[in-house]
Amino acid sequence: MNLTLKDLYSKFRDPNTIKALKKEIEKEALKLKEPMRVMEICGGHTHTIMKYGIKQILPDNITFIHGPGCPVCVMPKERIDHAIILAKQPDVILATLGDMIRVPGSNSSLAKARAEGANVVPLHSTLDVLKIAKENPDKKVVFFAIGFETTTPMTAALMKRAFSEGIKNIYYHINHVLVPPPMRAIMDGGEAKINAFIGPSHVSVIIGAKAYEFLVKDYNTPVVVAGFEPVDVMESILMLLKQKNEGRCEVEIQYKRATTYEGNTLAQKMIEEFMEVRDTFRWRGLGDIPKSALKLKDEYSEFDAEKVWADILPNEPIDDHKLCICGEILKGLKTPKDCKVFATACTPSNPLGSCMVSDEGACNAYYRYGR
Amino acid sequence: MKITLAYGGGGEETNKLIKNLFYENFKNDILLKAEDAAVVSLNGKTAFTTDSFTIDPIFFNGGDIGKLSIAGTCNDLAMMGAKPEFLSISFIIEEGLSFSDLEKIVNSIKNELQKVDAKIVCGDTKVVPTGSVDKIFINTSGIGKIIKENISAHNIKPKDKIIVSRDIGRHGSVVLAKRFGVDTEIESDCKVLWDEVKALIDAGIEIKAMRDATRGGLSAVLNEWSEASNIAIEIEEEKIPISDEVSGLCEIFGFEPMDLANEGTFILAVSPDDAKKAEDILKQFNKNASIIGEATEGNRVILKTAYGSKRYIDLPKGELLPRIC
Repeated sequence: MNLTLKDLYSKFRDPNTIKALKKEIEKEALKLKEPMRVMEICGGHTHTIMKYGIKQILPDNITFIHGPGCPVCVMPKERIDHAIILAKQPDVILATLGDMIRVPGSNSSLAKARAEGANVVPLHSTLDVLKIAKENPDKKVVFFAIGFETTTPMTAALMKRAFSEGIKNIYYHINHVLVPPPMRAIMDGGEAKINAFIGPSHVSVIIGAKAYEFLVKDYNTPVVVAGFEPVDVMESILMLLKQKNEGRCEVEIQYKRATTYEGNTLAQKMIEEFMEVRDTFRWRGLGDIPKSALKLKDEYSEFDAEKVWADILPNEPIDDHKLCICGEILKGLKTPKDCKVFATACTPSNPLGSCMVSDEGACNAYYRYGR
Repeated sequence: MKITLAYGGGGEETNKLIKNLFYENFKNDILLKAEDAAVVSLNGKTAFTTDSFTIDPIFFNGGDIGKLSIAGTCNDLAMMGAKPEFLSISFIIEEGLSFSDLEKIVNSIKNELQKVDAKIVCGDTKVVPTGSVDKIFINTSGIGKIIKENISAHNIKPKDKIIVSRDIGRHGSVVLAKRFGVDTEIESDCKVLWDEVKALIDAGIEIKAMRDATRGGLSAVLNEWSEASNIAIEIEEEKIPISDEVSGLCEIFGFEPMDLANEGTFILAVSPDDAKKAEDILKQFNKNASIIGEATEGNRVILKTAYGSKRYIDLPKGELLPRIC
């Protein structure tokens, strides 16, 4: 028997299973003492919730608060400007993952820079950088590394391969951010009044469910690590409801087919080999969050694009458009529908704010599926 | 052997190319007169269209740029109820293209023309320096007599049924897989659609609107119709035919099959009474043909899931890029 990709995901989108879970959720929701305000941290979940219309089929006393887990959305403009400036250097090829290409910086984007002649390559696989570097020995290939803990091991794997193959013309601009610090920042802020979390799928595969224990201990808030399919999200909501109604508060894993409590320790070690935590990192919309991102270790300085091109890369913070409320959306205080420019001045073709750019951004998901 | 700039110089080499390759393969009484312009006789209402073709890679699973250049223009005519009759063709060739590649392209043009019984009656060839174009660009224009009148995106009324002629997203998948270096066995749907259209017309189907779902895919056609006819279109997700290969590729990249290009797939709006008959006719050409939904009052395109939720289908926007994680 040939197993196809469809066999792997069709059960997780099965309408009858979703209907059955909906019934169970409705039963449990009746018993809730207070409304459940659940934040899905990860943009992948925001996408699933909007694409499959999950919001519409849940009872009114369950509200989704969309979290800041969209790597493109939280990149501050000045760092996107870095990518554009680097791409415009005559001897540089700038390689980066998919939809980073569209993200507007202060006054351009990589897509526009490419149209003006800059050498920008959108990647599907991080390891393709090796091939680009080998085929262009006279060029400096800058890998603009972006993403949460999901994509960080791929950057580490690229470095390991490049060094073992003796490839010297790859430079790394590291923008890898961490999931737990902004969760803590949002809970410390308190304004979003979140009382449950859906934990990210693939981030948790790497860092393990243990990374969320602090939410239980310090904030008395339950977490269920969920898969990305609609059945996963529905089942996780049911698990959270049961915790509430049974008076439990713990970290549970719904996404058992890929996530463990300890996570992928091999990947964690590989990251530690090349990267360390920054003192602080400025998040678009959320501001400076201490120890919330990674950088290259000092011993790899000669390949650190931020250091090699330090003279031409600005570090002045650049604010978002005055009318854009991405910051408040990323903090869970507002929804895209509260924004004056949503779907008028700000659209996926011409995004003013970062949440409209990526498929995983809350504004983009609302625009596409549920305006 | 490579095509050099000399082949576009208008002298001996150009003549050789035209006579030995183009005339030999496209020959018909009008073309061979070799006048400055083709002389054709038309009568009745006539459809006229043009399209330019650039594609990387020029040879792909299920076709090549030559087949595409005929299918594209003939399908635009067919979608207006017109039988493709006369075509023009222009090649802009990058110097260095191999002669055998050009021969292959010309051969598939010839094959495609035979299927629809249309003639190339005039043409042009330019050869430009390396880097000016990507290997080969082709423009074709076509004219054809309208057999069935009043097919228009503006005609759709609430309750009309929406039918798709086969599984969607194949051509776009082939191109994207190649662009991002993924091996796939998917074949492009690239094909002239006149036979399908003729069968519908011959059976007396009351066709309201008809459009081939090229760039922008099914999403684009439905949104264009919704706007042009000022109607909502409600589609049932589980009725949309998508092959396992295409849905798998979309899973990997994070694309929507409905946004992907097709080159031999069309969408049809018919009155409710004709829907089943039209679907049966189309099933004779491809078993995946399917009634996917209907027009209603409103002004948006709505996708209904089997578990009771709904969402909007919007026009695809921007460059198709794989998502980050």
